[in-house]
Amino acid sequence: MEASLRELLSEGELIEFYRQMVLCREFEESCAEQYSRGEITGFLHLYSGQEAVAVGCTAALHKNDYILSAYRDHAQAIVRGADPKRVMAELFGRATGICKGKGGSMHLFAPELNFMGGYAIVGGQFPIAVGLSWASQLREEDRVTACFFGDGSMNQGTFHESLNWARLWELPMLFVCENNFYGIGTEVHRASAQSALHRRTCGYDIPSEKVDGMDVIAVYQATKRAAEWVRERQRPYFIEAVTYRFRGHSMSDPAKYRSVSEHEVWKSRDPIPNLSRRLLAEGIASEAQLDEIRDRCTAQVEEAVQYAADSPWPEDGEVWEDIYV
Amino acid sequence: MSEMTYRDAINLALKEEMRRDRSVVVYGEDVALYEGAFKVTRGLLSEFGEERVRDCPISENTIVGVAVGAAMGGVRPVAELMTVNFALLAMDQIVNHLAKVRYMFGGQLTVPVVIRMPGGGGSQLGAQHSQSLESYFMHCPGLRVAYPAAPADAKGLLKTAIRDNNPVIFLEHELLYNSKGEVSEDPEFLVPFGKAAVLREGSAATLVGYGRMSILCLQAAQLLEKEGVSCEVIDLRTLCPLDGETMLASVLKTGRAVVVEECWRSAGLGGDIASRIYERCFDTLLAPVKRISGLDVPMPYSRKIEKLCIPQVEGIVQGVRDLLAQSY
Ligand SMILES: Cc1ncc(C[n+]2csc(CCOP(=O)(O)OP(=O)(O)O)c2C)c(N)n1
Ligand SMILES: [Mg+2]
Repeated sequence: MEASLRELLSEGELIEFYRQMVLCREFEESCAEQYSRGEITGFLHLYSGQEAVAVGCTAALHKNDYILSAYRDHAQAIVRGADPKRVMAELFGRATGICKGKGGSMHLFAPELNFMGGYAIVGGQFPIAVGLSWASQLREEDRVTACFFGDGSMNQGTFHESLNWARLWELPMLFVCENNFYGIGTEVHRASAQSALHRRTCGYDIPSEKVDGMDVIAVYQATKRAAEWVRERQRPYFIEAVTYRFRGHSMSDPAKYRSVSEHEVWKSRDPIPNLSRRLLAEGIASEAQLDEIRDRCTAQVEEAVQYAADSPWPEDGEVWEDIYV
Repeated sequence: MSEMTYRDAINLALKEEMRRDRSVVVYGEDVALYEGAFKVTRGLLSEFGEERVRDCPISENTIVGVAVGAAMGGVRPVAELMTVNFALLAMDQIVNHLAKVRYMFGGQLTVPVVIRMPGGGGSQLGAQHSQSLESYFMHCPGLRVAYPAAPADAKGLLKTAIRDNNPVIFLEHELLYNSKGEVSEDPEFLVPFGKAAVLREGSAATLVGYGRMSILCLQAAQLLEKEGVSCEVIDLRTLCPLDGETMLASVLKTGRAVVVEECWRSAGLGGDIASRIYERCFDTLLAPVKRISGLDVPMPYSRKIEKLCIPQVEGIVQGVRDLLAQSY
């Protein structure tokens, strides 16, 4: 028997989870369209299907906690509070983008939101997260550093070196593995000798757990508990959120290595209807309310696209800016 | 001969060498089942099976280290790094191990390893995915470095690389994969290392390039011809060994040299090449050697400004015009 949602969270919080997931989905699907129009170029890795992880985790963290991510980072940044207009402008390569059009899809950054970046080198974010966490320890700040990463990145040396380091220096870190079962076309059991990924932390004496990453409430609860544990003990913790990406690895990947039936099973567990069903069943929101939220998100994303399209390109001289202070 | 893409030419070289020599194995991230991020290894798994064509974890330093060990053990590995940018994670195994084991163990072993890496900029992949690191490899003694421009050379050089008993860094340009050219289907067609190609003869200036830069040089030469300027185009094909003779003979003939490099200008290979030209052609030069290089900046994403950072055909054309105007 599932606990009733009202016992866990306020109606406002629950509806906000729904709104954020829908906003992310609308944003990502709009990106796909803008990519096919040639407005967005380069690599584009969409988050559709994984929304419950970013939304549930972020909601359970404090505003001053640090968040780092890999290149599948739009939702992470938006949920943290980045303006979809400026994220879209970044993807369009415009001067008004969140990184002035210099970073692109894979490299969002918003220090005012403690969103400390999207990194495109698989495993690049681990040591940086350790360093951030160490800095907060030295400065006696009450901050957890949440480091998001994919299943594939756990085979990088930096993963192991960073977990060992985080435990050794007793750093308040939360490692969040988004296990979507694939690193590009390689399924997790073909890349990881131990495919129960959360069990890989035992060598570093870091406690871990696995959570249903298609269920935003479950993710929220697990993260809440974990973050409290980390804050209290000042030690790292590890969460494996089991999830799925509905699209290919990036826009150039037709994802032929996955069966239709596998895809269907995961589609039926889509985190958005997964939540809306419960909201309706428990009378927390009406169909009309949810529709209205969706319409608002659609409009917000359309506005973001318009803003991006109307924005100026960077000046030529911009290439020489920001290399050195 | 048959017309094929640069991608298919590399694919054919891999297949032919795997058919010829059972000790040749191919592995890397997503090379087997997925057939490569750029589809270069298409059909390899089905033809040669899982034992010789293997996917591996995202562990670049270990990818290269495993190649060193496998080569010591009698195998001929052709490993793929998904892109050259990830070679930076493997620099320890490349520079400290692959390049040095033969020397530091007194020549008692060989490491017949090929590391293939697509690279280069121009696809709006941002700062971490658009790098041209050829000078890094060229800087390190012990490594052979090949960087084909034409499909035929892609095939012939890769076959030579696989048969070579030295470690070879084999660079491929992502924007050339779909380019087409005539390629020999002879399984014994090889292109030797250390032999530059004269892509076009000319008299007023020598354009020196490698990889995609050679293609840009050729296009620039075609445009310049319409202005009545005749350029010779030299495609280096391998950066180590570097064919000084062909290049210098050309500069001695034309008296002017433009060196085009995609990498960053500071400490870039163009400086090395220019100095070789000065050392041997100082008296003949009608103007200082012109370098056209990637800008010394991390690559920005936005396509509006990305193109400013990479040599362009128009820039080469202008460079030659400047050189002619400047001549003593
Ligand atoms: C060091 C490095 N090696 C390889 C790549 C190419 N690459 C990009 S994403 C990826 C797969 C990563 O999978 P995972 O960590 O599971 O993240 P997901 O894409 O599933 O979110 C690979 C191999 C890279 N960007 N960096
Ligand atoms: Mg994954």
